[in-house]
Amino acid sequence: MSERSAISVSVLGAGATYSLRIAPELVASVREAAGFDLTGSINTAISTGAKIAARLGPDEWLLIGPDGQSNALSDEIGAALAGHFHSLVDVSHRNVGISVAGREASMVLNAGVPIDLGDAAFPAGSATRTVLGKAEIVLMRPDADRVYRVECWRSFAPYVRAFLEETAREFNSQ
Amino acid sequence: MLLITCPYCGARPEIEFRGGGEAHIARPSDPAAVDDQSWAEYLYYRSNPKGVHAERWLHVHGCGRWFNAVRNTVSDSFEQTYRMGEPRPDATKERR
Repeated sequence: MSERSAISVSVLGAGATYSLRIAPELVASVREAAGFDLTGSINTAISTGAKIAARLGPDEWLLIGPDGQSNALSDEIGAALAGHFHSLVDVSHRNVGISVAGREASMVLNAGVPIDLGDAAFPAGSATRTVLGKAEIVLMRPDADRVYRVECWRSFAPYVRAFLEETAREFNSQ
Repeated sequence: MLLITCPYCGARPEIEFRGGGEAHIARPSDPAAVDDQSWAEYLYYRSNPKGVHAERWLHVHGCGRWFNAVRNTVSDSFEQTYRMGEPRPDATKERR
């Protein structure tokens, strides 16, 4: 089996997180808001610096920015989308981010995630809403490294974290 | 695991979806003009076929979109899925 501490499960710090709903035909003319790239296709995430824009549905994005900029960011996004019918909700306090990193991270996640996480089906830049065990999560893979980001609702976080840590133990023992 | 093809996301596991009953049931355009029997039929009467059935599905733990699916109620095989607003595919007309 793998090396000791091959998998690390760590809770990420707070971020400025938004749920954006806007019609795809409107976004085609905007393309970018406050540094968030909105041009990705469904179930992909585009990282620009510390900002991640994950498209979860035809008209839905999850935007994650650096902590402490919450009000400034929402003003900036609002300004960029001014005149286009949209809804922007600050969900920073709703979401908890958990990082799962390591060579076999996808196997740890697949203990509870039913979708195919192989490189062909879930390549770098993928992001989707799915389930982990009994909790709904958003799963992202920002780049080609085996580092996955799990975003879940705050009340699910103890369950999700315990689930991942317990599964990771199997890969980290020996 | 049973895979359902979401028209937006592609093939995804069944556990991410929720069923929504029979599709293509139009609400009467003028409810006040409809008699009790027709209204009851609109609300409660469903075809419940043994075989090919058009029904609504929600990709609740995914893109969050409703879509329609043609499913065989005997084999549980999904023959086709299509977006809301699109007509029911002709090739799979209900066999009675």
